[in-house]
Amino acid sequence: MSFWINPLKVAADWLEGLLTGWGLDPTLAHVLVAFLGVMLLIVILMVIDIFLVWIERKTVARFQDRLGPNRLGPFGLIQPFADIIKLIIKEDTTPGGADKVVYNLAPILSMMSVLVVWAVVPLAPVMLGVDLNVGVLFLIAAGAIGTLSIIMAGWSSNNKFALIGGFRQVAVMVAFEIPMLTMLMIPTILAGSMNMNDIIQAQGGRWFFLLSPLGALIFLIAAIAELGRAPFDLAEGESELVAGFNIEYSGMKFGMFYAGELLHAMTFGGIWAILFFGGYRFFGLELVSPFLAIPIFLAKALIGYWIIMWVKYTMMRIRIDQMLIFNWVFLTPLSFVLLMVTALLNVLLRDASTWVYAVSMFASNLLVGWIALEVARSMSKKERTKGEGNSLSLRRGVG
Amino acid sequence: MNEWLYVALFVFVGLLIPVGAIAAGFIFGPKKANPIKKSTYECGIEPVGEVWVQFKAQYYIFALVFLVFDVEAVFLFPWAVKLGQLGLYAVVEGILFITILIVGLVYTWRKGMLEWV
Repeated sequence: MSFWINPLKVAADWLEGLLTGWGLDPTLAHVLVAFLGVMLLIVILMVIDIFLVWIERKTVARFQDRLGPNRLGPFGLIQPFADIIKLIIKEDTTPGGADKVVYNLAPILSMMSVLVVWAVVPLAPVMLGVDLNVGVLFLIAAGAIGTLSIIMAGWSSNNKFALIGGFRQVAVMVAFEIPMLTMLMIPTILAGSMNMNDIIQAQGGRWFFLLSPLGALIFLIAAIAELGRAPFDLAEGESELVAGFNIEYSGMKFGMFYAGELLHAMTFGGIWAILFFGGYRFFGLELVSPFLAIPIFLAKALIGYWIIMWVKYTMMRIRIDQMLIFNWVFLTPLSFVLLMVTALLNVLLRDASTWVYAVSMFASNLLVGWIALEVARSMSKKERTKGEGNSLSLRRGVG
Repeated sequence: MNEWLYVALFVFVGLLIPVGAIAAGFIFGPKKANPIKKSTYECGIEPVGEVWVQFKAQYYIFALVFLVFDVEAVFLFPWAVKLGQLGLYAVVEGILFITILIVGLVYTWRKGMLEWV
């Protein structure tokens, strides 16, 4: 096997041979090499994460008609390193009366939950951490640890703002997890597998985005809510809760929350790309070499990340009652209806030609989305006319 | 080697990196705590009252509704994976299952349980 086709395997085999040649136990050598591989991936992720700080600051600056960091190095590229040095030499305070163990564990879990997701992310056809057959479920499980870290931070800080932020985040995550789970089922149905690599392989002819555009959109909305970014950034809500769950954190612990959030956003961009935009696939270029497949995947992930940023810096925050009612009354039923339509069409059109299948899938998605919007419009109109002349109903929703 | 051992490796390294970063902050940062610095932030005034209060029952209702749908996902994922091999009968059965859940959701909604009071 040549180095250009599967560089990691070649390198791992060489290293394992070298280690066993030194008289090391083969099992131990294998574990050691696997450890080094995992270490390599995670260190590369952390380096990307450092530059995500720069990308995020530069992008928000352009959205707000500013220049962003531009003093340190070319285009301000050294700025994130200065940020890290600053975070490291800051005092690490723990508020009095805080639950110390939980307080210190929260930022660690926040970062860990994101890094663990990359275990199942296929970077190239032959390059992925673990080929789990329940990859999609693993995403949900790892994401739940991130939620847990936020409630842990909110609860243990001994601060009222933090506590409210933690509670809100749980209400939000609990709500938006359902559309997300349902939308994860759509690629599962289309590919017939929960394995991430199988899902990518199944998108050979056409991306799943073309079969289920509405599914991709709902997944993006749920992902933004899961990330806790605007318009769903109620857990942070800097204009009402100051900084929400991470208000008492300083120094590197705050840095872990911040870096974790940025990497989480890019990870969701990558997952979005895998589930609906063919992951590392790009007109057969991915088969040439992993050195082409990885940049393709990263480019798609960054485009997804850019869209998430675009939403964040364009939309304003919505109230928690609006957000929960939007999820429970609109998004959850819509995602279930979409799931049912997809499942039904998938079976009915099993023997149809590819074109008929693709076109009817696309059309059914548009139809479901359009009907849902019309129903929502007429219902909210009814609600508005009912609420007029009754100022109480306006006040009731605030929470 | 078992696949889940690799996941364990990821968890281990994933814990190692943030622990290392926070330890670096602990080593290089100053440590001059005083009672004022250690008091929690409350917009500049001294903290008033107890923080760990009882939470609103509203969250409990949402958690219950969530639990129903979360358990439902456990049943639906195997159904979704094997949908290609199953016939129309299984699909209709799955749709019936989802419909029952949606009826439950609509009932909760019409009862006014989903409103944030």
